[in-house]
Amino acid sequence: MPDYDKKLGAYLCSGCGIGDRLNVSQMETTAKRDGKAAIVKTHEFLCSKAGVEMIRKDIDAGDVNHVIIGACSHRSKVEAFRFDRAAISRANLREGCIWIRPYTDEAQQTTQEMGDDLIRMACAESRYINIPEPSGEQELNKTLLVVGGGMTGMTTALESAKAGYRVELVEKAAALGGWMAQLHKCIPHRMPYANPVATNIDATIAAVNAHANITLHLSASVAKTEGAPGRFKIEIATEYGTSTTVEVGAIVQASGYNMFDPNNVPAMNHAKSADIVTNMELEALAKAAGDGPIKRPSDGREVSSVIFVQNVGQASEAKGHLPYHSGIGDLIAIKQALYFKTQNRGCETTILFNHLRTPGAAGEDFYCSGQNYEVTFRKGIASEVFPGSSLEVQFRDMILDEDTSQTADLVVLDVGMVPNSGPDPYALPLVADKEKGAAPVFEVTLDSILNLEYRQGTDLPHLKHGFTDSHFICFPYETRRSGIYAAGPVRRPMDIHQAMEDATGAAMKAIQALENAGKGRSAHPRSGDLSYPLFRKEGCTRCKRCTVECPFAAIDEDEKGYPQFNESRCRRCGICMGACPVRVISFDNYSVDSIGQQIKNVDMPDEFDEKPRILVLACENDAYPALDMAAQNGIEYSPFARVIPVRCLGSVNTVWITDALNSGYDGIILMGCSKGDDYQCHFVKGSEMAYQRMSQIADTLQILSLDAERVVTYEVAITDIHRAPRLINAMAETIEKIGMSPFKF
Amino acid sequence: MTEVVATNHTILVVGAGISGITAAVEAAETGNNVVLVEKRPYLGGRVSQLYKYFPKLCFPSCGLEINQRRLSAQGGISILTMAEVTAVSGSEGNYSATVKISPRFVNENCTACGACGDVVEAEFDNEHNYGLNKRKGAYLPYNMAKPQRYVIDPRIIGTDDAEKAKAACKYAAIDLDMQEQTIEFKAGAIIWATGWQPYDANKIQPYGYDRYANVITSVEFERMMDKFGPTGGKILRPSDNAEAKDIAFIQCAGSRDRNHLKHCSRICCMATLKQSTYITEQYGVDDADAKGTIYYIDIRSIDRFEDFYRKVQNDPKISFIRSKVANIVQDKDQNPILNGVDTEGYHRYENRHDLVVLAIGMEPSVNKDSFPLEIVINEHGFIEADEANGGIFAAGCASDALDVNRAVQTATAAALRAVQVVNRVAGSEG
Repeated sequence: MPDYDKKLGAYLCSGCGIGDRLNVSQMETTAKRDGKAAIVKTHEFLCSKAGVEMIRKDIDAGDVNHVIIGACSHRSKVEAFRFDRAAISRANLREGCIWIRPYTDEAQQTTQEMGDDLIRMACAESRYINIPEPSGEQELNKTLLVVGGGMTGMTTALESAKAGYRVELVEKAAALGGWMAQLHKCIPHRMPYANPVATNIDATIAAVNAHANITLHLSASVAKTEGAPGRFKIEIATEYGTSTTVEVGAIVQASGYNMFDPNNVPAMNHAKSADIVTNMELEALAKAAGDGPIKRPSDGREVSSVIFVQNVGQASEAKGHLPYHSGIGDLIAIKQALYFKTQNRGCETTILFNHLRTPGAAGEDFYCSGQNYEVTFRKGIASEVFPGSSLEVQFRDMILDEDTSQTADLVVLDVGMVPNSGPDPYALPLVADKEKGAAPVFEVTLDSILNLEYRQGTDLPHLKHGFTDSHFICFPYETRRSGIYAAGPVRRPMDIHQAMEDATGAAMKAIQALENAGKGRSAHPRSGDLSYPLFRKEGCTRCKRCTVECPFAAIDEDEKGYPQFNESRCRRCGICMGACPVRVISFDNYSVDSIGQQIKNVDMPDEFDEKPRILVLACENDAYPALDMAAQNGIEYSPFARVIPVRCLGSVNTVWITDALNSGYDGIILMGCSKGDDYQCHFVKGSEMAYQRMSQIADTLQILSLDAERVVTYEVAITDIHRAPRLINAMAETIEKIGMSPFKF
Repeated sequence: MTEVVATNHTILVVGAGISGITAAVEAAETGNNVVLVEKRPYLGGRVSQLYKYFPKLCFPSCGLEINQRRLSAQGGISILTMAEVTAVSGSEGNYSATVKISPRFVNENCTACGACGDVVEAEFDNEHNYGLNKRKGAYLPYNMAKPQRYVIDPRIIGTDDAEKAKAACKYAAIDLDMQEQTIEFKAGAIIWATGWQPYDANKIQPYGYDRYANVITSVEFERMMDKFGPTGGKILRPSDNAEAKDIAFIQCAGSRDRNHLKHCSRICCMATLKQSTYITEQYGVDDADAKGTIYYIDIRSIDRFEDFYRKVQNDPKISFIRSKVANIVQDKDQNPILNGVDTEGYHRYENRHDLVVLAIGMEPSVNKDSFPLEIVINEHGFIEADEANGGIFAAGCASDALDVNRAVQTATAAALRAVQVVNRVAGSEG
C-alpha cells in the first residue's frame, strides 16, 4: 500500500453544454464540501490544451495527486486526461447526465441532483483508491519454455530466438521434427500452388540445433511447472531418469496432435487389409518409394488405382467419431493423389469428397492443380470398404443420387487430428451430474503436458473437443492461464503453414507476457494495469472461494489453506474480490471501498420526496459503453439512476448490494456480459458468477422484507444501446408500482 | 502540422482494421514505438461494419472497444487517420516513409458534441453503410468512431454549410483552411495490413446486382442488422422497403471463378451460415414465411465451425441447394427469380425470393502497380512472405483471404517479425 498524502483536485468542465445545463458553481461546492477536494477548478473547455495544462501544473507543483475530472465519459478524451503518477477518477457529466436528460425546466432539478451525485461519487472513489505501484515481486526473465519439438515448437523457438530471447525446447521423442518428419512432402504454401513441395525439415532441425539461444531437451518432458509469468520454475525429466530445473518467463505449449484411430469406424476395415491405409500411413509408403512408384503393402505391386475416402469419422456425431472437421484432409488427399500422378500419370486417383475443403487462394489453386493432373473428384460418401485383392469402396454418389461402388488397388482413409492437450482441469467436476445422483467421474486417462502445480489443475483448460483454443474471435491467444500460450494443432486443427504463423504469434504473446511480468503490468484485457490483489490475512476464513473462482487459476493455497496470490498470473478482473465474503481482497485502484463509498456517497432523498435511487453496476466493457452510446444518440433514461462502471460483474461483492439496500436504494440493476457456452465475458466466468451470487441475494431481500424485483441482473451487450436505457426505465416503473424502499434515513 | 516521433526503432503499421490494430497494440504492449496509419477517418476497418462474428454470434464492437482502449492506454502509439503511405524508401531496419494526410477540417479540439452536424444540410452517401443511406456533410462516421472527432466532407468546403458548421462550433475545432499535408518519418520495420474490399458485384452480370434492387451483397446485408444502420436494424427490400422474409444466399459470388476472383475467399461459407441466423433473430421461430435458402458449391466449415454448420442444417427455416446459380431475373413485383440446377440429383429450379444476398468475394486491397516498394505479390493480389520483402511484413487479408480470427493470428505473427527487426537494429547500435 503506497504511503502518501492524498491531495484531491476536482476539475470541472463547463463545455459541451455542461455549463448551460448544470449549475457548475454548485457542483464546485459539492466537490469541496462533500467530496473533500482541496482544489476545485472549472474550465470552459477542460480537454483543451489550456485546460489540461491547468491540471498538469497543479500536479507538477505537488498540489494534487488525485485528479477528479468532471466532464465527459471515462471513455472520452482518454488521451487528453492521461496523467502519469496521478490517480484519475471521472465524473461522467456529459454522457452520464446531461445527454440522457431532456433540456427542460422540469428536468432541471433532477438532472442537477444527478450531476452533484456524480461529483460526490467520483470524489469518493478518489479518496478510496491509491496510485498503484509495482509490488517489487516482478522478475524479468527473458527465456521461454517451448513444449514440443514438431514444426510448431521449432518455429516458436526459432522466431523467439531471432527476436533475442532464449528458449528451452522440450521434446518427448529422441529427435526433433514431429509428424512433419514423417511426411514425404508438404502441401505448397508458396506460389505456384501446384505441386507437393519438400518439407525442408532437416534445414529447420539444423537451424534449431545451431542457434546459440536455443537449449534442447530431447527424450524429455515437463515433470513440474511452478510459479507465474516472469518466474516459472520448470522441472524437465528425461526418459533416462535424469532431471534438470530451468527458470523461464513464459511458456508456449506446442504439443501437437495424434491421428484419429480409423478402427473407430469399423466399416472402413482398416485392420482387415494392409492395403487400406490412413493418410499418414501413405506418407510412409511414399517416403519408402522415394521417387519411384508407390507399392501396395500386401503384395508389393505398383499401385495403378487408388481411392481416397474423405472425412473418415470426422464431422460426425456418431459415437467414437470426431464431431469437428480437421479441415486439411482434402488438401492432403490432393497432395497424395499427386504423389501418384506425378509418378504415373495413368494411375487412377479418385477422391471421394463431400464438401471439398480447400479454402483460400492456396487451397483453390491446389484443387485446380489436382484437376489439371486429372485427379477424379467424386462427391460421394463412403459407407464401407471391402478388403480383397481388389478393394471395393461402396458409396453414395451425391450427384447421381445413387448407391454405387468402385474398386482400386489401394484405399487411403482421411483421418483427422486429435489434440494432444492433456487433461482438462475443469472436466472432472463439471461432468458430475449431481441431480441424477451420478457419481463424479474422476477418471484421467491423459498424461499431463505441463504438470502445473496450480490449485486449478495441471494443464490448460480445453475449449471444445479437447482443443485448447481461445474462446474469443478477436483474441485468438487469449488464454485462461496467464503467460502460457498454446500454438499449432493443439489449439485448433490446422495445416503446417497456419501452424507456423500460429507459432510466431504465440511467441509474440509469450515474449510480451514475460516483458510485462517484469514490469508488473497486467496482461490482456486490462493490459498495462499495475495494480494487483492485496490480501489481508487477518480476517480470512480460508473459505477458498477466491482460489476456486479465479478464472485464471492465479491463486493457490498455502499448507494452511490461505490463498496465495500470484500477481503476474492475475488479470485484475476482481472476481476474487467479488467472491470474498469477508472482504479481505482489494486492489489499489479498485476495492470494496472504492465502489462501496461511491454507493454510500450518493445523496439519498427521504421516502416522501418521491425520488427513488437506482443503482446500476455496469460492466465497463459492454454495458457502460452501450449507455454512453445511448447518450450520444439522445436516448433518455431515468434521472434516478446512478451508474457505476465495474471491471467485471464478477467483481461485484454482495456487500455492495446489501449496503445499497440498507441505505435506501430503491432498485439495483446489474449489467454484465452474456454467459453460457458462448459467453462474452472476457474474464470468462465473471458474469456467470454474478448471476450465481445474486441468486443468493433473494434471502437478504426476504430478511429485509423487500420485493425481489428490486434487484435484477441482466445480460447486456455493447450493442444494446436502446435496450440498456429501457432496462433502467423499467426499474423506475417497477419502483413506481411497488413503492419506495422503506430503508431511507 | 502533424508530427510523429519515429526512429528506425519504430514499427510502421499501415491500415487500422482488426489486423493493423492488433499488430500495433501487440508490438506497443511489448514496449515498442508504433505509428499506425489509416486511410479512413476512423479505426476499425471492415469489422466496424460487421453486426456479428461467427461462430459465437458475438458483437465485433465488443472486441473493438477493448482494442480501442488498449490503443488509448498506450503512450507508444501515434495514430494518423485519413492518411496514406505514398512512398517508402530505404531497407530493412532503415526505412523512410512518406505519408499523405488529407484534411479533416476538424482538429483535436473537437468534443464530438455534434453541433456542426446539426446545422449542416448537405448530405452524401454514407460510406460506413456502403451507400445504403445518407449522412451529413459534417459527421461522426459511426457511434464508436475512434477518434471521436467529426469530419467535414471536403465537398462542402466553400459552401455556406461549411461556414455554418464553423460558426456552430464553440471549441474552435473547425479549421476550414486545413490543407493536405505530406510528412516523412523513419521506421525500422513495416507491417502492411491494408485489408480487403468486397469484389465489385456489378461485374457478376448474370446476377444483376446493377439492375435489380433486391439483389444486395453480404456486406450490405450485415449493415441492415445494425440498429444504427441504414434500415434501423430491419431486413428491408431496397425496392419497396417491405420486410424481406424469404432470403436467398448465393455463395462464391465472385469467388472460385476464373472470370472474377480465382481464389476461394474462405470466409463466405461461415459468413452466410451466420447471416442465415439473422432471419430467425429478426422474425422469430414461428414466422412461417421467414426462411433462408443457401445456394452453394461446397460448405467449407472447418474445425469446430462444423458444429455451427450442423446447427444451421438443423434449423428448419434454412435449406441448402448445391448449385452455382445460373442467372437471376425478376418478376413484375421486382422479386428476384433464381434459375439453375441442383447438382445433387440434377433438378432444375426456378425459385422466387424476396431478397438475394450475394456472398461477395474478398479482394485484397493491395495494388501491385502502385505498391511503394518492390515486394512479392502473388497472382491473386496477396503479399507473400519472402526474404526479398526485407522488413515489410503482411498481416491479415493483405496476406491471404482470412477470417477475423486468422487475421489476428497473422497480425500477431507479423508484430513479432517486426519486433525482430527493430530489436536487431537496437542490438547493432549497442
